[in-house]
Amino acid sequence: MVYQFVAGRATARPSRNAEKGRSKPMNAQDSQLAAFRAEAREWLAKNFPKSLTGKRDVLMDIAPRYPEGEDWAAWKTAMGDKGWGTPTWPTEYGAGGLSRQEAMILDDEIERIGAFNPIVGMGVNMLGPTLLEFGTDEQRAQHLPLVVRGAVNWCQGYSEPGAGSDLASLKTKAEDKGDHYLVNGQKIWTSGSMYADWCFCLVRTSNDHKHEGISFLLIDMHSPGVEVRPITLISGKQTFAEVFFTDVKVEKGNLVGDLRQGWTIAKRLMQHERNGIGARKVSVGELRPVHEVAKEYIGTDDQGRLSDYDLRARIARHQMWERAQRLTVARVVEESKQGPSEATSVMKNAGSVSIQTREELLMEIMGNRGIGWEGDDYLPVEIEQTRQMLQNKANSIYGGTYEIQANIISKRILGMLDHQ
Amino acid sequence: MAVLTEEQQMLRDGAQEWVSKRAPVSAFRATRDSGAVFDPALWKEIAEMGWAGMVVPEAQGGSDFGLTGMGLVLEEMGKTLVASPLFISGLVAASAIKSIGNDAQKADWLTKIADGSAIVTLAIDEGTRHNTAQTAMQAQADGDGFTLSGTKVQVIEGIAADAFLVLARTSGAAGDTDGLTLFLVPANSAGITRTQLKTFDSRGHAKVVFDGVKVGKDAVVGTIGGAHAPLEKVLDVARVGIACEMLGLCQQAFDTTLEYLKTRVQFNTILAQFQALQHRMADLFMELQLARSVIEHAVREIDAGGDGAEEAAILAKGFVGDVANKMSRQMIQLHGGIGMTDQYDAGFYIKRSRVLEATFGNQSQQSERWANLHDY
Ligand SMILES: Cc1cc2nc3c(=O)[nH]c(=O)nc-3n(C[C@H](O)[C@H](O)[C@H](O)COP(=O)(O)OP(=O)(O)OC[C@H]3O[C@@H](n4cnc5c(N)ncnc54)[C@H](O)[C@@H]3O)c2cc1C
Repeated sequence: MVYQFVAGRATARPSRNAEKGRSKPMNAQDSQLAAFRAEAREWLAKNFPKSLTGKRDVLMDIAPRYPEGEDWAAWKTAMGDKGWGTPTWPTEYGAGGLSRQEAMILDDEIERIGAFNPIVGMGVNMLGPTLLEFGTDEQRAQHLPLVVRGAVNWCQGYSEPGAGSDLASLKTKAEDKGDHYLVNGQKIWTSGSMYADWCFCLVRTSNDHKHEGISFLLIDMHSPGVEVRPITLISGKQTFAEVFFTDVKVEKGNLVGDLRQGWTIAKRLMQHERNGIGARKVSVGELRPVHEVAKEYIGTDDQGRLSDYDLRARIARHQMWERAQRLTVARVVEESKQGPSEATSVMKNAGSVSIQTREELLMEIMGNRGIGWEGDDYLPVEIEQTRQMLQNKANSIYGGTYEIQANIISKRILGMLDHQ
Repeated sequence: MAVLTEEQQMLRDGAQEWVSKRAPVSAFRATRDSGAVFDPALWKEIAEMGWAGMVVPEAQGGSDFGLTGMGLVLEEMGKTLVASPLFISGLVAASAIKSIGNDAQKADWLTKIADGSAIVTLAIDEGTRHNTAQTAMQAQADGDGFTLSGTKVQVIEGIAADAFLVLARTSGAAGDTDGLTLFLVPANSAGITRTQLKTFDSRGHAKVVFDGVKVGKDAVVGTIGGAHAPLEKVLDVARVGIACEMLGLCQQAFDTTLEYLKTRVQFNTILAQFQALQHRMADLFMELQLARSVIEHAVREIDAGGDGAEEAAILAKGFVGDVANKMSRQMIQLHGGIGMTDQYDAGFYIKRSRVLEATFGNQSQQSERWANLHDY
């Protein structure tokens, strides 16, 4: 075999069906996990506010804004204090310190009751894992505890007007001024930057080499010289913005890794990012099954089948695809010992296909109720669904486009060489 | 690749080694050219390695490895198109007798299936599409037993078989799920005529005519009139088995095509450098990975025997069928002219794929089942 889908091979994890099959006698580890499941179940029952059941879609965006309200705040505080929003990170930062198996159990239990993880955003999915791998002790101590408690919003300053897929051509520069860096330049499509406290940013510290001239810098968004201009998307939402840096002073302690290591770190972070996009979980009751919506809008024949047979078949095909995609996410988790790998590109693309097919089907199902933009003639869920369909077109663009992932798969996994 | 136990790992390694040494595609080609549908010598080796008894309980001489084990072997065999009765006898008939048969039938047949001394097959299909409920063949009550009359098609290894598991109607009419009964009928019973069907995958398929075949009451497998539900469960095992073979077929078709793109030169460069082809391969690779996840899930669900088995089997047969269809098509397309020649192997893959896709319900039949299962 010339390629490997996931790096490393995992130790076996107990199958979810262990109870059903020829079950082996419980060993010490199994009973420990069973005890953990009971503990998680009890804690969640006590702490998850029922009013939030199934409300996770509010947090689905890549850089979501956390909602206001008592129950929302209580849930974030509870999970943040417990450290279970970042279940596998070390306890020294206030995180969960759980094993991967325990984290999967926790996830199961959260899903089972229609709850969700309130500790979300780029601090959790992207910056945290990166600091754990490349950060200094000071950087971790400064930033991770805030991320663990969901007390800080991070944004990702990668893309620029002239640097999209060809990210390494970025121009925003950071000049060495002795005790600090002076940053000048422009980022674009920066999700959540309107309410971000910090930005992990790719900057050019040298012009002599395209990739090695890039450094990874943490920038305080409240610094003088940072200006954010929101951009409206086709969905009507404003989830990203242009960010201008004009003579922004950044302390040297905010450089992550070595001066010329930025590109390596950036790529590693993008694997975490893609993993997050592709592996995005859908919990019970959160997304209505497409066929249920279809039954409601289109109706059924006297045998209970959807009356539009062509659509019915396409829904079935889509759901099978979606199931296959989710099983792949689970398989990758099971197989990989450490972090994301090339498999993340496969998962990201498979995830985009799933979600975008789903949204197109829903649009078609809703007919003329699926084209509403605003007003009382359409239900709020209809308008939200329509806008979501538009918003999720970005799924195959951000985090490296579908085509860029295909490049990665074919070149790095399959070894199909590039034109040299 | 799934996280395998040490035993499973050894099994897969063993299968890989045997297949590459003893049963490469050239072996299949030689068998086809000779006009045979499988090579008895290879089948003997397969049985000697114990593979025919993988789903048979230890009490009857099997190893009880389940579909998780059998699936690994079928996948490896799918890669090089190994022709053998392993699937139909060692997996399907064995599963049927194990789950529906009585003690006497188990004692009589499972041991012989496990050691390869008997080949047992299913005789169920009658029409152009697989559909057990449409069975019209009659089993007329006759004294202490029954008389079977009717014609079965697409009987896998029907010529080599020593016995048939025959689905016939003891009551009701074609279309009813009630009234179907399964009979275990020795192939040398009076009134049976079989003809080889020459299918394009060059494997053993037969038409079997039952003309007033008399069987005793002891030939009934399971309950009279109640065969439909238990048989469908067995067929789901079969569908996952087929999907395992399809996965191997897909993997090999993909690997071969990738290798070809890396060596074939046009426009002064290897084809693998063209982005249009890179992206097509990236998409196929993605689907191949999804197919593998589906299979690993399905074999576990089948072995666990729980509620998830039906959905998992539908998914395996339907989804992997779609991938196999696409993969075998692209294998030819991306090879250009050479892929169209009989002398090259690509044709074997598309032919085998189409047969497997149709066997025991094609992709659209699985989507139909999926929709029904999910109540829409
Ligand atoms: C909703 C949304 C949120 C975003 N959030 C962030 C964020 O928070 N931070 C951030 O830094 N960026 C963010 N982005 C930016 C995103 O990462 C870029 O849009 C993306 O990398 C593509 O770059 P581009 O827009 O310049 O398109 P281009 O690179 O110009 O691509 C245009 C088209 O050409 C194709 N293409 C380009 N190169 C190749 C090639 N080599 N082979 C084949 N096809 C190719 C692309 O696939 C695409 O289809 C966000 C984007 C969106 C839509």
